Amino acid sequence: MTAYEQALAEFAPVLGLETHVELGTASKMFCGCATTFGAEPNTQVCPVCLGLPGALPVVNEKAVESTIRIGLALHCTIATWCRFARKNYFYPDMPKNFQTSQYDEPLCVDGHLDVEVDGEVVRVEIERVHLEEDTGKTLHVGGATGRITGASHSLVDYNRAGIPLVEIVTRPVAGTGVRAAAVAKAYVTELRDLLRGLDVSDVRMEQGSMRCDVNTSLHRAGEPWGTRTETKNVNSLRSVERAVRSEVERQAEVLRRGERVVQETRHFSEATGATSPGRVKDDAADYRYFPEPDLVPVAPDPAWVAALRAALPAPPSVRRKQLVAQLGLSDLDAQAMVNAGVLDVVLATVEAGAPAAEARNWWLGALAQRANETGVEPAELPVTPAQVARVVALVAEGTLNAGLARQVLDGVLAGEGEPDDVVAARGLAVVSDTGALGEAVDAALAAHPDVADKVRGGKVQAVGALVGAVMRATRGQADAATVRALLLERLGVEG
Amino acid sequence: MSQITRDEVAHLARLARLALADDELDGLAQQLDVILDAVAAIGQVTDAADVPPTTHAVPVENVTRPDVVTPSLPRDVVLAGAPEAEQDRFRVPRILDEEA
Ligand SMILES: [Zn+2]
Repeated sequence: MTAYEQALAEFAPVLGLETHVELGTASKMFCGCATTFGAEPNTQVCPVCLGLPGALPVVNEKAVESTIRIGLALHCTIATWCRFARKNYFYPDMPKNFQTSQYDEPLCVDGHLDVEVDGEVVRVEIERVHLEEDTGKTLHVGGATGRITGASHSLVDYNRAGIPLVEIVTRPVAGTGVRAAAVAKAYVTELRDLLRGLDVSDVRMEQGSMRCDVNTSLHRAGEPWGTRTETKNVNSLRSVERAVRSEVERQAEVLRRGERVVQETRHFSEATGATSPGRVKDDAADYRYFPEPDLVPVAPDPAWVAALRAALPAPPSVRRKQLVAQLGLSDLDAQAMVNAGVLDVVLATVEAGAPAAEARNWWLGALAQRANETGVEPAELPVTPAQVARVVALVAEGTLNAGLARQVLDGVLAGEGEPDDVVAARGLAVVSDTGALGEAVDAALAAHPDVADKVRGGKVQAVGALVGAVMRATRGQADAATVRALLLERLGVEG
Repeated sequence: MSQITRDEVAHLARLARLALADDELDGLAQQLDVILDAVAAIGQVTDAADVPPTTHAVPVENVTRPDVVTPSLPRDVVLAGAPEAEQDRFRVPRILDEEA
């Protein structure tokens, strides 16, 4: 029995998940600044998102629409009237000294999301979905690790400040027992797939467009719920699971010693898989919310909400079943892909035009291997299903062979752009020009006369060494079958 | 009748990052009492008439803009408003006891 299983044999867990999602709008929440990820620092800011005196924020209608669609997909009730509120705090990540958020009047309330764990459906209740703005990014200078500890000062980039941010808060999730960590991961995974299906966000956890805070507490059966901690900085699906496991183990230790769990914010370290204490909640959490006077109330027209509801795509669970049936995949095949966490990306790759077998082979093969090497889920790799489908198409049309295709995907993973950009920049297309190939073939024959003689003498399999020489000379860009045929033709031997 | 205590003023001052001396706390507590008394007069009218709180002077709803990108400020103009700039970013003092 692991320490985690031991802890949950002794104590009952209660979880809570708060997920922040950056919406994929073109412009910010209250101003027209662009939201492009990775832009030069402080080039996407204006008087509104800098909070300069006299600036007037105006609500982005697409952001309201996206939030309502998220609420509807989560079976929430949509407010008929609600307001934004100021959340007041002093921290340089917001130049205004407040964040425009929603307080006691969220856009969406009382929903749920069903997730499947070990073949069983667990219902996670949603308390609220509200709309706010993201904060700027701080960089701590002078400390050894880029963390705040030991830093001499901080540098702030406000490009992210003001990007529409949706916060999705669950009600406490109790009764999961030893499945707590798996339920947390399954919830975040299902939520990500649902958001992707709605096309409201690119939900890239590694880029921070989806971020998770995990609340955890333990209590003995029959006793009141324990004190909870809030673990921040959980930036991958795998980390959600690890953060719950680590916090459950730590709290169990504390309780066994007869001590009390301190209510605090803790930080998850990707490197160690453990949490460490952050700020203890004190009066700094007194945000003095009040209705934002610069914005007028939002009152979604019920007819509009009904139209948005009617136009919702099928939920991921239904879409998965439909596609699996459509593609003629066996249950076993589908289950293998579910277990590897690749079913949705495989299906999306197929929808982007790739044959099912190719899509499955890439995601379960080379890409799963790269994901494993970098410690993320395959679906979290910085490559999109559309890009994988494009590489598959390049192979089908003969521009790439399997080896080159892997190099192209590595280029995409390394941030070198779209597959076609990588092909062009790295000069990776298959050499199909028989003239150029002919020169390489002649050179190989001249360099290895002994091998050539063997082949002429009837040892046809020895041609492999010559094929290898040509492939090396063309940096893998030749088609091996073509090279073999050319060599045999030159040597006057029947393949 | 005192509605706001010295401790509450100290708490609010801390939240607003104001450094107040002890005698200032006493003085401000008295002054805030006077302000709260003045505002309480409104409650006598609205409570009786069952009037909902007003947060906007004009009854307008749903003022929105389409999701269209408009030009941002040039970066030199943006950073001209910073107390100090470094690496094209706003340079601020380190923040103690908190994690970003
Ligand atoms: Zn702006």
